[in-house]
Amino acid sequence: MSDGVLTSGRQRGLFAAWRAMLVRDLTLAMRRRADVLTSLFFFVIVVSLFPLGVSPEMAVLRGIAPGVIWVAALLATMLSLGRMFADDHQDGSLEQTLLLPHPLSMLVLGKVLAHWLVSGLPLVLLSPLLGMQLGLEGEAIGLLMVTLLLGTPVLSLIGATGAALTLGVRGGGVLVSLLVLPLYIPVLIFGTGAVDAGISGMDYEGHLSLLGAFLVMALLTTPLATAAALRISVE
Amino acid sequence: MSEFFAMGGHGFYIWVSYAVTALLMMIEVIAVIRGKRTVEKRLTRLARTLSRPE
Amino acid sequence: MALKDSIAWYHFSAPKNFYPLAGKVIPWFWGLTIALLLVGLYLSFFVAPTDYKQGESYRIIYIHVPAAWMSMLIYLVMAIYAIIGLAWKVRLADMMASALAPTGAMFTFLALWTGAFWGKPTWGTYWVWDARLTSELILLFLYIGFISLQSAIDDPRRAAKASGLLAIVGVINLPIIYFSVQWWNTLHQGASVSPTMAPKMATIMLTTMLIMTFAFWMYTIVIVLMRVRRIILERERQTSWVMELFGAEASGEKDEKGERK
Repeated sequence: MSDGVLTSGRQRGLFAAWRAMLVRDLTLAMRRRADVLTSLFFFVIVVSLFPLGVSPEMAVLRGIAPGVIWVAALLATMLSLGRMFADDHQDGSLEQTLLLPHPLSMLVLGKVLAHWLVSGLPLVLLSPLLGMQLGLEGEAIGLLMVTLLLGTPVLSLIGATGAALTLGVRGGGVLVSLLVLPLYIPVLIFGTGAVDAGISGMDYEGHLSLLGAFLVMALLTTPLATAAALRISVE
Repeated sequence: MSEFFAMGGHGFYIWVSYAVTALLMMIEVIAVIRGKRTVEKRLTRLARTLSRPE
Repeated sequence: MALKDSIAWYHFSAPKNFYPLAGKVIPWFWGLTIALLLVGLYLSFFVAPTDYKQGESYRIIYIHVPAAWMSMLIYLVMAIYAIIGLAWKVRLADMMASALAPTGAMFTFLALWTGAFWGKPTWGTYWVWDARLTSELILLFLYIGFISLQSAIDDPRRAAKASGLLAIVGVINLPIIYFSVQWWNTLHQGASVSPTMAPKMATIMLTTMLIMTFAFWMYTIVIVLMRVRRIILERERQTSWVMELFGAEASGEKDEKGERK
């Protein structure tokens, strides 16, 4: 099936190939819903552990809520990174993708978008519920969603480079978190910083524009790095 | 002399810092030398087996 | 051939030619390292005066600051070698990047360790989430990532390329991480608590710190040259020059042929 999509994509130009890549990845993800749900439940469970481990006091929880939800989002992203290229690598369709006449970085962008739609966006949509669980209110919850909306695509973009570097490497799942988590730190700092600023009534627009800048930078640079990493790994 | 080692009461912190630095550097040097020696031994053996059938 | 050989850089970028060169210069750098270390240690314990604010414990900065500087410098140099290795396919550059990583990680660890032991007597606590200590910790994570990726991949050529790319990604992100941490720190703590010297630091203190830095620098060169010689032997073991070095008879091939991949 994947063969058909890819060859027809070759004939219809870059955009068609890009869309074919996206549709194919989404279809595959829909067929393996359990995988997607696993990392979502992981997100929920990790956040729910904090009241048990720290304190059920809403005042305490409200203070750590942005950080807890953001860290849980980073970890949940880690869980799903392995799937981004591994299946394609195993069934050989990744090698065919490399042979396509289109710029690999653009095709990578399609795969990353699919990954974000399947594993990043659900986190954003689920976050208000978890925010309420930890005692966040109206505006703070909205702000949390906005930061996650801006930040989770960056996680998928940077994560893609890590996933490509560790493709087919033994212990790749743990290794990818070692490589990628330190690079997530700026997003974590400004994501939680914005919500904290919002809670304490300070200006948070600067944080949001920085998160936006990170997103633009990641969009421009990481697909190239990921493409290079894929060529190194598949070669 | 003991005054020198006491370092105005902060001797422990100073000597631990310097000792760990020295220790790690020495360990690194020894590890690199031993690592190279292992490779050299392996290559000597390899070279011997290579030239024998010739 | 003569033209190419006249360009020294080109000549010595071949592992075959670099191996003996490195062997020749290592003793000289050893001499420099030991001389600088002796002078630096003498200055830091017997000549440099006691700091009027921090007392004797400030003497830790004579290893803390050089270690921190070296940890950053080594990552930068490693990334430059990685770029050269990936862009121009220079094998020796890849090998140099791999050889630098463990020493860089060691200096990062030492900067953290000595920072902690400086902080305890000065600030009453071993660890604070100060901007510079936190950045140094993240740098250690980046080094560990580089080393783990390299050792997880079996094929040495792929390992070199993949970890090289990681080093480049890391060096691009490093300023962003550094400024994020800086910003985060000003928000949560205000003042920096890392060893900060007064702008009018005594000349003798600055001289001592610089001499210790050069000592660590020369040490790094020695240890990296020693390590890269091992890496050259490992990665070039199929070539005839390595085999001849270890006493195998040249199997009909000429020297020049062994140089090729």
